[in-house]
Amino acid sequence: MTAKTTRIKGRAWVLTSPDGELYDDIDTDMIFHNRYLHITDLEQMGQYALDNLRGWEDFAQKARPGDVLLAGVNFGAGSSRQQAVDCFRSLGIGAVVAESYGAIYKRNAINSGFPIVILPDLTRIYDQFQNGDQIEIDFETGRLVLNGEKAFDAEPFSTVQMDIYQAGDLFTYGKVLDEA
Amino acid sequence: MAQTIIEKIIQAHADTQVKAGDIVWMHLDARTARDFGGANVVKNFRSHYGDAPVDDVAKTFFTFDLVTPANNIPYAINQQICRDWAKEQGVRVFDVDMGIGSHVAIEYGLAWPGSTFVGTDSHLNILGAIGAFGQGMGDQDIAFTFKAGKTWFEVPRTMKVTIEGELEPPCTAKDLTLACLRVLGASGALGQAVEFYGPAIEALDLPGRITLASMMTEMGGIIGLIPPSEEVLAFCRERSRRDDLHALQADAGAEYTQEIQVDISGLEPLIACPPKPDNVKSVRDVAGTKVDSVFIGSCTNGRFEDFAAVAQIVEGKHIAPGMVASVVPATREVYAQMLESGVLQTLFQAGFVISNPGCGGCASGHIGMVGQGQVQISTSNRNFAGKQGPGDNYLASPAVAAWAALAGEITVPRA
Repeated sequence: MTAKTTRIKGRAWVLTSPDGELYDDIDTDMIFHNRYLHITDLEQMGQYALDNLRGWEDFAQKARPGDVLLAGVNFGAGSSRQQAVDCFRSLGIGAVVAESYGAIYKRNAINSGFPIVILPDLTRIYDQFQNGDQIEIDFETGRLVLNGEKAFDAEPFSTVQMDIYQAGDLFTYGKVLDEA
Repeated sequence: MAQTIIEKIIQAHADTQVKAGDIVWMHLDARTARDFGGANVVKNFRSHYGDAPVDDVAKTFFTFDLVTPANNIPYAINQQICRDWAKEQGVRVFDVDMGIGSHVAIEYGLAWPGSTFVGTDSHLNILGAIGAFGQGMGDQDIAFTFKAGKTWFEVPRTMKVTIEGELEPPCTAKDLTLACLRVLGASGALGQAVEFYGPAIEALDLPGRITLASMMTEMGGIIGLIPPSEEVLAFCRERSRRDDLHALQADAGAEYTQEIQVDISGLEPLIACPPKPDNVKSVRDVAGTKVDSVFIGSCTNGRFEDFAAVAQIVEGKHIAPGMVASVVPATREVYAQMLESGVLQTLFQAGFVISNPGCGGCASGHIGMVGQGQVQISTSNRNFAGKQGPGDNYLASPAVAAWAALAGEITVPRA
């Protein structure tokens, strides 16, 4: 098995409110509203991503594969819905960078091999980032580089996060362990 | 090494010594899915394991509680996918007549003090009310547990919250809960377990414990563990048919990230204002706000005792003209208690809409949606913007909801 890349590069979306504050506590109903919960096809999910977050209703139309989202504390608070991770996978989003995550959201992202990165202090320094900036992240070291110039220390992937990311998802990871 | 309660519970379900921060394989006494997430669990299971059997049918359940019975075609389809697959597998389904899965788990003894329980409901940490470890997980996670009987878990660190003072009427467990939320905020317990102590905690009955434990999710917590009282232990022994249950206690010297005191002496009734559960104010500060609808129920306040308290307030009276007031019992057992005690009749005569058991409106279920400009008092646990529709949702106790239903405006309840 060839190892998946642990370094990505993408275009930034800084999730701020209409008055310019970085959003904290973005809950799963803002990411993927409960009216779409019956959807089970990954391809169908992307179009609804963030459509209940004020100022970001048209995000799905603007997003491109590889884009990187930046948010404040407790991103993905709320429900256990996998679709709140899967809608970003559906759009091909490269990673989410936040100061912290809701506990269930964190597991769901890790288990589906979707890259989420913790950048401590992001709520203090977010005004250094703008929509469209180029973000490079090394999942192994946690090094995050803004526009090829300025470096930040994000947290590297945890061991289990990297193992599942490399396996692809929790299911494959489980099979790898069984065969070991 | 001295351990916290969560370390002890996970220790008893792991093959190694555990401490906070460790990532361990945790064995699960119950693995469940709901009508929400359930169809995705089946889909994930089939695509990864084909026709293979689940690890243990005696520990695997479906609990349908969200859209009960299905009021739209997609949910009807998803529920039937679960039923058909459950039948093939021999897995028990607590169907659309039974009520909220986390409550069914307590009533049917599927969870007990010290047990581990996972499912596709982010409020499964309600099981902290009986000193069990319940955890909501996504549909991939749950499909994996159906097959493996275990999952990886990072042992959470623990925060100790001591409630000082006694709970005095007209305040209820909901006011105590909102008082904690006011102190901790939406992320105050992020990623942590919380142990609750103090005389007011010891005095809580099971429904009150359920209310407090249910809102740990809104404080960012993994679980709020309430050491079970003798009354709770006796209930769980009977329901789970396990005579050997006891209350796990944290060791002296166990490590806490923080020790917080929440003083509830002189507490006034509280209310969480839009648009976030932690936007907590005194009911007095928003008294007089016009109210269009009232929702009483949910996994937070859907027990018989909650409705009996409402019945006591509205008995012989009628809700305000133009008011829409709805009642959704948590479970079929609660519904039966309401029927037999006369509470159902009292609420009916007072003008309430009374539904069959279930979650109510939390995820666009049946009841509790709000239109543009509509103001609702709900006894539920979340009021995020747009969640229930474009209107405004306030979260409060059944007593505050009942007084608002009668007056047509937010009213400070009297003892």
